[in-house]
Amino acid sequence: MAYNDKVLDHYENPRNVGTMDKSDPSVGTGLVGAPACGDVMKLQIKVNAQGVIEDARFKTFGCGSAIASSSLVTEWVKGKTLDEAETMKNTQIAQHLALPPVKIHCSVLAEDAIKAAIADYRAKAALDTTKKAS
Amino acid sequence: MSGNGTNGETAQRNIRLPIYMDYQATTPCDPRVVQAMLPYFTEKFGNPHSRSHSFGWEAEQAVETARGQIASLIGANEKDVIITSGATESNNLALKGVAAFYRDRKDHIITVKTEHKCVLDTARHLEQEGMRVTYLPVKPNGLVDLEELKAAMTERTLIVSIMAVNNEIGVIQPIAEIGQICRERGAFFHTDAAQAVGKIPLDVEAMKIDLMSISGHKIYGPKGIGALYVRRKPRVRLKAMIDGGGQERGMRSGTLPTPLCVGLGEACRIAAAEMVTDNERLRRLSKRLYDGIVGAIPDVFLNGDPDQRIPGNLNLSFAYVEGESLLMAIKDIAVSSGSACTSASLEPSYVLRALGVEEEMAHTSIRFGIGRFTTESEVDFAIETVLKHVGRLREMSPLWEMVQEGVDLKSIQWAGH
Repeated sequence: MAYNDKVLDHYENPRNVGTMDKSDPSVGTGLVGAPACGDVMKLQIKVNAQGVIEDARFKTFGCGSAIASSSLVTEWVKGKTLDEAETMKNTQIAQHLALPPVKIHCSVLAEDAIKAAIADYRAKAALDTTKKAS
Repeated sequence: MSGNGTNGETAQRNIRLPIYMDYQATTPCDPRVVQAMLPYFTEKFGNPHSRSHSFGWEAEQAVETARGQIASLIGANEKDVIITSGATESNNLALKGVAAFYRDRKDHIITVKTEHKCVLDTARHLEQEGMRVTYLPVKPNGLVDLEELKAAMTERTLIVSIMAVNNEIGVIQPIAEIGQICRERGAFFHTDAAQAVGKIPLDVEAMKIDLMSISGHKIYGPKGIGALYVRRKPRVRLKAMIDGGGQERGMRSGTLPTPLCVGLGEACRIAAAEMVTDNERLRRLSKRLYDGIVGAIPDVFLNGDPDQRIPGNLNLSFAYVEGESLLMAIKDIAVSSGSACTSASLEPSYVLRALGVEEEMAHTSIRFGIGRFTTESEVDFAIETVLKHVGRLREMSPLWEMVQEGVDLKSIQWAGH
């Protein structure tokens, strides 16, 4: 199987690999997939006071398409508001990377990862607000 | 065909990229094999079945010499060797042919979960036709439990089909013991020896083998040819699948491809002459590869029995690194993976699963296959490349990170998808 150039580029020069402090209240963490399925993605976002994603980091256990999908998502979400980032669809990722049908699940996982990270951030923020209120 | 990864350093070492390390998939023809074949494409082109002129006699002579070379490698009589198109056909003919001939008397087949797809699919086909099939499990080392084999056998057991050497993990089954068990209980013993012929000593008499499948292109011979050993004393009967001119004692009609026959014969001759020295060399290289990788980084595991194996196969699991991503990273080395993502299906290797290798580990496995033309420099290059990229991919792996932080991955509720 030959890989698409964009997949190869993200795979060989992955953007934003790394880890942020998940206890930081401005950081949202999403961990999706399962080792038994051959894909696990960890995606983290750092959100500023205006609700804009300032930074994003990922680590992925998975095939080249899974690594490329998560790398691409970290690029795309930077500078977006949470609401904007939440509208991202796996089809956009799959289309951009020209993923073959057998690799579509990689893009689905990347969408799940960003949604999980946003949900995690919001849950933390809500908890924070409740604490402050009480 | 030097690959895009060629640089000064590799040029200095005199290796060409990509490096071939997939000898279980296929092998290059030995140049001596090609030399032996060439005249039979052009000036010696006769039909080996033509009886009326010297063109035919010359080709027939060449085919019979080849048959003798094949037979001699496995301790057989040349009259018992049927030429086929390859091991897949041989396996089909052995199982379907024997089943078709004897099914009124006996209707039970025993095989193993780790067999090649062409044996398993043939067994499934026969099941649909009403035969009963037992698929034996294997032990965690990949070997068949002989007690389980004995327990599975009944007076209805027609044939036991167990491969000599596994294509994915390289383990050698206890063939002589299995042959003895089958002979005592009156069942035929067929072995798919595609990965074993020329690599381990085989003797159909000593090992009590009744049918044996042989492949040309796994032993430095040409593709498109193989053989099936069919015992005559005591006689094994089978119903032909291909009808026609009645060649190959009526078991496989069709004009024999003289050049391919000559190639397979020459490949067998070379294998017999050089098996000992080839194996010594391969054992050394295999140990170098294993020590170079496993001695340098943690959490790398060998799949299959460490001793009962051919030296040309090393199937390693690199924990926390997904197999296909590693394949992509080490693209200058041609290997294959037990990971799901390299195949059309999304299931990881059924062979590794049968060994009880957990799915997450099966996804991280790579098969290194070395052979007659593998050099020490190539092995060293492979070690360096693997170490570099496993390190890089682990740095990118959330699983590796969690394990380093002391998280037990089993304690996490993973969401399957």
